[in-house]
Amino acid sequence: MANESVSKTFTVALTLCIVCAVVVSSAAVFLRPAQEANKLLDLKTNILASAGLLEEGVDVETQFEKISVKLVDMDTGRYTDAIDPANYDQRKASADPALSVALGADDDIAKIKRRANYSKVYVVENELGLEKVILPIKGYGLWSTLYGFIALESDLKTVAGIGFYEHTETPGLGGEVDNPKWKSSWIGKQAYSGDSYVLEVIKGKVDPSRGGAESKIDGLAGATLTTKGVDNLVRYWLGNQGFKPFIENLKTGEA
Amino acid sequence: MSKTKDILLEPIASNNPIALQILGICSALAVTTSMKVAFVMCLALTIVSAFSNLFVSLIRHHIPNSIRIIVQMTIIASMVIMVDQVLKAVAYDISKQLSVFVGLIITNCIVMGRCEAFAMKNPPLPSFFDGIGNGLGYSVILMLLAFIRELFGAGKIWGVQVLPVSTEGGWYIANGMMLMPPSAFFLIGLFIWALRVWKTEQVEKPDFKITANSRKSEVA
Repeated sequence: MANESVSKTFTVALTLCIVCAVVVSSAAVFLRPAQEANKLLDLKTNILASAGLLEEGVDVETQFEKISVKLVDMDTGRYTDAIDPANYDQRKASADPALSVALGADDDIAKIKRRANYSKVYVVENELGLEKVILPIKGYGLWSTLYGFIALESDLKTVAGIGFYEHTETPGLGGEVDNPKWKSSWIGKQAYSGDSYVLEVIKGKVDPSRGGAESKIDGLAGATLTTKGVDNLVRYWLGNQGFKPFIENLKTGEA
Repeated sequence: MSKTKDILLEPIASNNPIALQILGICSALAVTTSMKVAFVMCLALTIVSAFSNLFVSLIRHHIPNSIRIIVQMTIIASMVIMVDQVLKAVAYDISKQLSVFVGLIITNCIVMGRCEAFAMKNPPLPSFFDGIGNGLGYSVILMLLAFIRELFGAGKIWGVQVLPVSTEGGWYIANGMMLMPPSAFFLIGLFIWALRVWKTEQVEKPDFKITANSRKSEVA
């Protein structure tokens, strides 16, 4: 059979496709469990790190045992068991019209377009009760959406830590959201004063001698839009549209 | 054996895929901000290039001329998906940083070019070594780029801080330019220059010569 004949062409193409398809799909199937485990581990590491709970050299799984994953109904601000949190994919839900609401332009300061009706929260409890609560946050920076976590102390107004696990901000400028020093500047800041949200990421450096410094965070040098984005997304998620109702309920013990 | 050695070592300096053939620039800009990431990318590309060369060469007598490019693409794409899947399973952090660029090895001109230019005409073993050789040529440039960019851009070598940067209280003011893609362009340009000073046979002849001014009134 000549190489250039039609039948040979088809035979070669078909055989090649079948062989390649088998190889690729078996690789995908056999490696899937390891990949899923990695993904989950990565997420857990990020959750622990954002709350400042991550310890070097200790198994992440054992560290994560003290954290319980719960689902919150964003409208009522109360825990819900409508869906098992283990099977709940929040990112998918944010895009699903049945599981999310579209946001109006005025409300949508974090530029996320839709908000899922339910959100996962991560609660750390000790013998005395609530120790820390870790909330997922996301919002638009300069280039795309930043995904991260913010953790609050048991008084539910002091920031315990922040961290972004997925973003595409400019390395060296907006990418400094990953800078450990900047992240640590969030720790201990007051998110609420009385009933109102007061946390603000400002442009430039915070002057500690002026009033309100306990609620202000240094902006990132050379990254005005990322700074604004982070300010907006934290404002959104800790505000009335975000987790504020849940936090209020948690305070009164009605969550 | 000396022929194998030639095939393996020639692409490193005298026929470098990036510096002489100017291929694969896209990923050379994108993944060279840190050495660790660049190293994994080099490894991935070398493996893909070696094995796709091998498989293309194995079936080269059966590939109909009319569909040869698509056959090569299919083999390369399968190899890339394999590498991507393995990376996700064993080195999740790094695969996250490489993100789309592993997938883009499919369109890397080096891999495609070696399949078409070498593997289609040569037996499997030399083809395999040719793939490794070109992967190494690519790697040498990438690692050099990553070394310079990481050192001056972030003050680190292989993730270890060597120059304490000012944002963390040190004295070194990091050169942000080094972390941006254009810096890789400048650096590659400088490499090519240096390489051509060393190996003058790589300098191309000018396409045309500017002749002396022919207007009589202006010629003294």
